[in-house]
Amino acid sequence: MANDNATKLSKNLLRMKFMQRGLDAEVKKQLEEEEKRIISDEHWYLDLPELKAKENFIIEERSFVPCEDLMYGRMSFRGFNPEVEKLMALMNVKRETEEEEEEDDITRMETDVTDEEMARRYESLVGSMRRKFATKRERSKMQNEDVNQSSMETEVKKAFLKPQD
Amino acid sequence: MSDCLKDKVGDVLLPGDIFSFEIKPEKVICGPGLRRNGDEILVCKSGILRHKQPNMYWIDSQQKRYVPAKGESVIGIVTAKSGDIFKVDVGGSELATLSYLAFEGATKRNRPNVKVGDLVYAQFIIANKDMEPELVCIDSCGRSNGMGVFGEGGLLFRVSLGLVRRLLAPQNAIVKELEKVFPFEMVVGMNGRVWVKAQTTQHMLVLANLLESCENMTAQQRQALFRRVADGAS
Repeated sequence: MANDNATKLSKNLLRMKFMQRGLDAEVKKQLEEEEKRIISDEHWYLDLPELKAKENFIIEERSFVPCEDLMYGRMSFRGFNPEVEKLMALMNVKRETEEEEEEDDITRMETDVTDEEMARRYESLVGSMRRKFATKRERSKMQNEDVNQSSMETEVKKAFLKPQD
Repeated sequence: MSDCLKDKVGDVLLPGDIFSFEIKPEKVICGPGLRRNGDEILVCKSGILRHKQPNMYWIDSQQKRYVPAKGESVIGIVTAKSGDIFKVDVGGSELATLSYLAFEGATKRNRPNVKVGDLVYAQFIIANKDMEPELVCIDSCGRSNGMGVFGEGGLLFRVSLGLVRRLLAPQNAIVKELEKVFPFEMVVGMNGRVWVKAQTTQHMLVLANLLESCENMTAQQRQALFRRVADGAS
């Protein structure tokens, strides 16, 4: 009786996760195939020719501004509105430099920090990093040197200045 | 490829003219008056074909109706205030919207002080034939760059779109000659609106009349007129 019941377990029940462990390989394969068939039957697709994205060589531009290099629309003359004059210089220069850059095809960036300044900064950085990694003894030695140096320099400079009345 | 286009530069073209290319070409930028149809370029305005290096072509035409284009700066008149947006008249077929957050320094709590009837100098961020145009008064970095509400005690008038482009062209003679007449301030919108402000009302009226008359005058006539006005003003 019990054996008969075990063979009649439904497919849906066998497909459940907790039933998978007890199944033998053959039954498992059969179930999988069946599932695949169901999926492929239900899967539908559009019967359309393949859409190809062509590269577009014509670009549309609706505005006159880039065509004719039109200037900034606010203007002031002979110091009537200094704020606007400042803005005008700023906006129109920006456009001019953009053009120049395009023409020259400059690859390097504008240098905000000159090479000398960079070197100077790194010099001090090297010093502070060395101090950080130095041992205590080395550090105290370094400080002494510094003090000696500075004291020698300052000794020459220091002199009593008589206060003026 | 752009040979067939290049040959026509400076010629008068009419709507319906077609440029088609047999050979696959390098990139072409077609500006106002031209439009793309598949692999062809159609002419949709009558005017003169212009060219700019390296590969930009457009039709130089005269028209009075402004059509919003993305990125253009215009002078708008605030006509309505509804909740979060202002409705702005820019002279196009439809009113443009302007969000109250699109001003420099504006937040949800800190609303900009814009009233109905104010003039705004603003830029189109959305402008196409299918959608309502949208304006902003800030650039992509959030700065105003002179955009926003303006127009305290000036004079607004309309000129043709062609004259506006002449006024905004770099190194143009009209503005150079005009600034010798007397000190003034001017805002020129791509939509054909011009706002001027000078020391006296009389000066403003003179400026407005001069600019309007520039439309149909030769350079000599203009110079003579400007000189006469400058003599009268000083």
